[in-house]
Amino acid sequence: MSKITLKVNGAAHTVDVEPLTPLLYVLRNDLGLQGPRFGCGLGQCGACTVIVNGVATRSCITPTSTVKSEITTLEGLAKDGRLHPLQQAWIDEQVPQCGFCQNGQIMTAKALLDRNPSPTDAQIREGMARTLCRCMTYYRIQAAIKRAAKVVA
Amino acid sequence: MTAFTNIPKYIEDLLEKQTATPSRRDFLKTSGLLVVSVSASAIARPLAAAPQSAGPYPDPDFRQLDSWIVIHEDNTATFYVGKTDCGQGTGTAFRQMMSDELDIAYDKTTCIMGSTDITVDQGGSGGSDAIQTDGWPMRRVAAEARRVLLEMASTRFGVPVDQLAVSAGVITVKSDPSKRVTYGQLIGGKRFNVALTGTNVDATTGVAKVKPVQEFKIVGQSPQRYDIPAKVDGSLKWAADVKLPGMVHARNVKPPVAGAKLIGIDESSVKSMPGFIKVVSKGNYVAVVCEREEQAINASRQLKVNWEKPATASFPSSEDLFKYMRSATPTSSSNPNVVGNPDQAFAGAATVIDAEYDVPFQGHTAFGPAHATADPSNNQMTIYSNDMKSYGMRTGVATFLGMPRDKVRVVWMEGPQGYGRTAADDAGCEAAYLAKEIGRPVRVQWTRNEETAWDTKGPAFTFKLRGGLDASGNLVAFDYNAQSADYNHLGYNEPDTVLIAQLMGSRRARPAAGSAATPSEMYAIPNRRMATQVVSLPLVWETPLRTGNLRDPNGPQSTFASESFVDELAAAAKADPLAFRLKLLTASTSDDTGFKRARSIAVVKAVAEAYGWDNRPSPKPRGTGNILTGRGLAYSFRNQTVVAQIADVEVNRRTGHVWVKRLVCAHDCGLIINPEALRRTIEGGMLHSLSRALHEEVQFDTEKVTSVDWISYPSLTHTDTPEKIDIVLVNGDPNPNRPDLPHYGAGETVCKPLIAAVANAIFDATGVRLRRIPFRDGRVLAALKAAAV
Repeated sequence: MSKITLKVNGAAHTVDVEPLTPLLYVLRNDLGLQGPRFGCGLGQCGACTVIVNGVATRSCITPTSTVKSEITTLEGLAKDGRLHPLQQAWIDEQVPQCGFCQNGQIMTAKALLDRNPSPTDAQIREGMARTLCRCMTYYRIQAAIKRAAKVVA
Repeated sequence: MTAFTNIPKYIEDLLEKQTATPSRRDFLKTSGLLVVSVSASAIARPLAAAPQSAGPYPDPDFRQLDSWIVIHEDNTATFYVGKTDCGQGTGTAFRQMMSDELDIAYDKTTCIMGSTDITVDQGGSGGSDAIQTDGWPMRRVAAEARRVLLEMASTRFGVPVDQLAVSAGVITVKSDPSKRVTYGQLIGGKRFNVALTGTNVDATTGVAKVKPVQEFKIVGQSPQRYDIPAKVDGSLKWAADVKLPGMVHARNVKPPVAGAKLIGIDESSVKSMPGFIKVVSKGNYVAVVCEREEQAINASRQLKVNWEKPATASFPSSEDLFKYMRSATPTSSSNPNVVGNPDQAFAGAATVIDAEYDVPFQGHTAFGPAHATADPSNNQMTIYSNDMKSYGMRTGVATFLGMPRDKVRVVWMEGPQGYGRTAADDAGCEAAYLAKEIGRPVRVQWTRNEETAWDTKGPAFTFKLRGGLDASGNLVAFDYNAQSADYNHLGYNEPDTVLIAQLMGSRRARPAAGSAATPSEMYAIPNRRMATQVVSLPLVWETPLRTGNLRDPNGPQSTFASESFVDELAAAAKADPLAFRLKLLTASTSDDTGFKRARSIAVVKAVAEAYGWDNRPSPKPRGTGNILTGRGLAYSFRNQTVVAQIADVEVNRRTGHVWVKRLVCAHDCGLIINPEALRRTIEGGMLHSLSRALHEEVQFDTEKVTSVDWISYPSLTHTDTPEKIDIVLVNGDPNPNRPDLPHYGAGETVCKPLIAAVANAIFDATGVRLRRIPFRDGRVLAALKAAAV
């Protein structure tokens, strides 16, 4: 075990874990940030996505000791009690069915819009291609991203 | 205090506290339950108990009004229903129906669902019956509560009930509206003490009659789903998120090949690992328990276990599956359903067509693998679970552990994608067993590979179809034969079929027979024969090819075959596929009590109109570019819900890639509770079947499943998504304004015709008939090349 300091959603936390522990378990079990979810542990589905240094990062395959920059989780998107435009768009479009994947969808879309505030339909499809949903809410997710893009652009 | 003990103790305590302290907010703060929000419109169900609340946990009595509805002093209401939600927002719909019957504003209500000690047993979810079946007792008990409140007001004001008006939880005297009283003032925080009747929970009723449909104000509107905000801001605590004091983590170690026998465990391989607590093993069931989650993962990977492979092959490989199924002796056969004289009709037919269709095993592959947390404190057992049939899990766990039922409860919490997988949940029994062994709360989580390999599967099917046309192109004879690999189909949380029980060697003497489906359509075909058989694979128990209910069980398979074949017959008759179907639907005027024929005709016409269908036979003249386009229609029903769909496809003749560019769906489920929530349910259901059409196939060699993750078991992605989905909500009832218009189920019917609609569109585009799913690029390309497209 070793002490590792993580900066998450604006606050610093020191945890005592095996350095190779995937970031996902530290966020969920030690820091109580359960927005990121376990879906595969293989980096294939996106459920565990957090944003590190502007990049949508799969925390289930990211060793905790390798994370040097600030981490943003789903819980950290709202600012001053106001939902991020993506979260609001998700409510306006009534996107989720079960909702279990939506952390990954929203965080991946956040990184996408931060990079490209006015994505084309093709860029949305491509940018979201590796983020899975088994309730197949893709059609509404894409609509919500377009709706949010109008707000952030 | 009144001596009722048969309403949920939770509600009893709630009402006592409310009486003692005026503020509901104070109660929720001090109740020992963590509650996200105290606002009436939020979800106010207990999310995670601190120490386990003292049992026992008797069954809440559905014949007590107080078990269903609590009116609070602030004139809000909480509805307690025995359902769970798989993500379609049924809780919002329940609130709409019950608010309307009770005459209270929707935003002054909350709904609590599916926890066995708090809510009456309505079976959890399954079969798209939430609105269709369970909505009725909900409506009736809410109507009864309204009746009782009106009588109380009548006594208070000394005027007959018919001289009272009620709106949004406020009762006024019609002749003197200054005389008013709220529901909260009449009964807030107190019991109704009203007994209900009914031989079973579905029949629960009071004296009051439900409202005519025309009086509904909230039903038919689309309030936003109350569960969604917490799902997008990260605040919802799911079953996967439960944390309890002293909780430890477990991971299973599955046999490396199906049917393997445990020879020995080398515990020293993990004993010195950090956080290691115990290896738990019985029969062929093995799990490792550690203090921390990642420690359990590491230990389960490192544990050295000796397994003995079975002497013979457990199943044919997936490449040989259909050949095996066709030559296997059925374990059961249905009595053929015969209309007219098919043999004679075939003998006299001008054209006879034969075709064989195949559907592989397909998985649930839930987005989040199985999980549950069990707390064994106080010699009782609480399981925190996303099991869609939480009540069944409670009984299953009690039997499995040999505990009295009233010592076991299941707290239902949201989870990933039910769709049948959590009806045959495995993790609940595992967590409870391990918690009992360890004596501490245990959280079990399956791995991705474990879930994809070992979850319950939708059965593989083979079909033999024959159709006969007369000289005018009329379908005069139809022979349908379906065979499914569905032997030992799993039940719901049964203690003798759940996987841990199988692995421990505890199993029922007689496996379930399983089933294969016949088509669901209203075609008037004068001569037809429909027969089904079930076959078994060599390995019956402890197999990863265990079958269970997968969203619309057997429907997508049988409708893929039957509705594709109807298209083949239309093509052989050189008829437009829509006109061909309408002719079959209108060839008879006999109808059922739900007017399914009339509604089928209405739905098929509606989808054609919404699409802009022009009359021509398939296939269309073949295009010349790399992208060939086509359209395909299919129709079906499930119970009383009727659906027709049209798919527009693009087929890339160089790569074999299929993109469904547009989907149109006409949908009739009777009275609609929440149109916007329904639309999203329809979209998701259609795309679920699209995933099965294009991608999904369980692959295996003769000893194990080899499609074990999202690479080897691909699923629909953002790039596959249609660019346009049009949904028409149809009310095809011949008397659409009747006051008793029923509300039928949604959520599964749309899964039925979709695969056939895509197959028919591919045929329209290319002239090539694909009779086996999934339509992956390689398979489509091979078929195009074989046909020189």
